[in-house]
Amino acid sequence: MNNDRCLTLTDLQVDYGGIHAVKGISIEVPRGKIVTLIGSNGAGKSTTLRTIAGVVKASAGSIEFEGTQLIGKNPDDIVSMGITLVPEGRRVFANLTVLENLKIGAYIHSHKLDDDLERIYGLFPRLKERDWQLAGTLSGGEQQMLAVGRALMSRPKLLMMDEPSLGLAPLIVKDIFDIIRTINKEGITVLLIEQNANHALKIADWAYVMETGTITMQGSGEELLAKDSIKEAYLGKKKQ
Amino acid sequence: MSGITLLQHGLTGISLGGAYALIAIGYTMVYGILRLINFAHGDIFMMAGYFMIFAVASMPWYLAIPLVMFLTVLLGVTIERVAYKPLRSAPRMSIMISAIGVSYLLQNLATYLFTALPRGYPEIPFLKKSFHVGELSASLVTLITPFLTILLTFLLMSLINHTKLGMAMRAVSKDYETSQLMGIKINRVISATFAIGSLLAFVGSVLYFTDRMTVFPFSGTLPGLKCFVAAVLGGIGSIPGAVIGGFILGIGETALVALGYSTFSDAFTFAILIVMLLFRPTGLFGEKVTDKV
Ligand SMILES: Nc1ncnc2c1ncn2[C@@H]1O[C@H](COP(=O)(O)OP(=O)(O)OP(=O)(O)O)[C@@H](O)[C@H]1O
Ligand SMILES: [Mg+2]
Repeated sequence: MNNDRCLTLTDLQVDYGGIHAVKGISIEVPRGKIVTLIGSNGAGKSTTLRTIAGVVKASAGSIEFEGTQLIGKNPDDIVSMGITLVPEGRRVFANLTVLENLKIGAYIHSHKLDDDLERIYGLFPRLKERDWQLAGTLSGGEQQMLAVGRALMSRPKLLMMDEPSLGLAPLIVKDIFDIIRTINKEGITVLLIEQNANHALKIADWAYVMETGTITMQGSGEELLAKDSIKEAYLGKKKQ
Repeated sequence: MSGITLLQHGLTGISLGGAYALIAIGYTMVYGILRLINFAHGDIFMMAGYFMIFAVASMPWYLAIPLVMFLTVLLGVTIERVAYKPLRSAPRMSIMISAIGVSYLLQNLATYLFTALPRGYPEIPFLKKSFHVGELSASLVTLITPFLTILLTFLLMSLINHTKLGMAMRAVSKDYETSQLMGIKINRVISATFAIGSLLAFVGSVLYFTDRMTVFPFSGTLPGLKCFVAAVLGGIGSIPGAVIGGFILGIGETALVALGYSTFSDAFTFAILIVMLLFRPTGLFGEKVTDKV
């Protein structure tokens, strides 16, 4: 793997009250790559990303981003350092317009937003047509695009996405994965959680499999795609 | 009833309504962002009355007003920091109980420090100036109140709809965690909300007490409750709703007094609350009640 580290988790543990959601995981995300984290429901994937983003507190371990320790930092510091999370379930602000949702993505910035908005509208032309509309009235796919656009407005170095394809029609899913590739080509490092393991493994440079709070397997996307256990558990294919 | 008396009562009603509206905004804004009925809000209003009494005793009113404004805002923000913020992730009932506690604390503190005897509210000369139009006469405060209320509401609405802070307030009121993910410091936004609510409660207190002339430790209780009802009537969470609710209650109450039913003027407020909760619990302008996720 490339030695140019962007994000490094070491023995990260997270508890909710008595529940050990993440039981000491180590993950490395090299700069400029797409890394994916797949695993069954309740494995602790979302918890991992929310901990990196600072909205959940780690109970032990370390999270280093470009050499800086993130544990103990507030979410707003973390966003300012260049890490943005597209949360599970989109979570666009339904009571704000599409344009306001995009603007609020750039909340930490005080520069003019015109160029950034143009860039987002270039990626998602549908958002431009609807910029005056309340985000709550968008379709699921449009909301997902808005959630991604909103995150890009913060000009992240590392973009984390939690199940961006959830509940979307196959055609839109393809669009979303194309966008992820495009974003990555522009130089943004991507850490992606997906249920859609097939798609995720295809675009990922490196992948981790998470089960009940621990990492059980890792490898390049192609390697994992070829593994029988992965095929069976995540790609819905039976062993021959 | 003659036209002049009608006009006179109308003016009184609108003026009382304006003061109610300003206080009601504080309830509705705090509810909007924390889903909390800030039971201490009426007592912040009462404390603003006392602050003014002591400030005017030792300095001219034009210095007293900014100072008391500052102190009231400080009180509101401090209450949030000390009594509500530590309970941010606690069940909503806990923070509600904390608010009731703060309300009693302020009332008892006022009784202890200032005794339960009513104290005279200072006369701010220019507000007390009376004016006459034909047979109609009123003090300037009566005339100013509705205009000031509408001006402040307008400014507040522009703040909420057209500024970055306002956008953040709307976002935080919808979803804390996602707001944090955008880099919004939610505690600052919540403090700003309390600051604005307390500021308006201060303005309301000047208008209200200038008319009523005395302050005592329970001065905030009934107006507080009424303004809460005004907020519910307008649809809690909605600022224009709170303003209209405030005017409806102020005018309705005054009309009953004018018609000779002054005994029922307080009952009127609560009758409205009951009717509203029975037939239209979301209020006149409220959004559908959806529980916060
Ligand atoms: N706020 C919370 N309080 C208590 N327990 C929680 C909380 N959030 C998550 N958990 C628990 O932590 C564990 C991991 O949850 P997490 O959401 O991280 O899983 P996930 O891998 O993202 O699952 P999914 O694929 O279904 O989204 C689960 O057992 C869940 O019940
Ligand atoms: Mg999840």
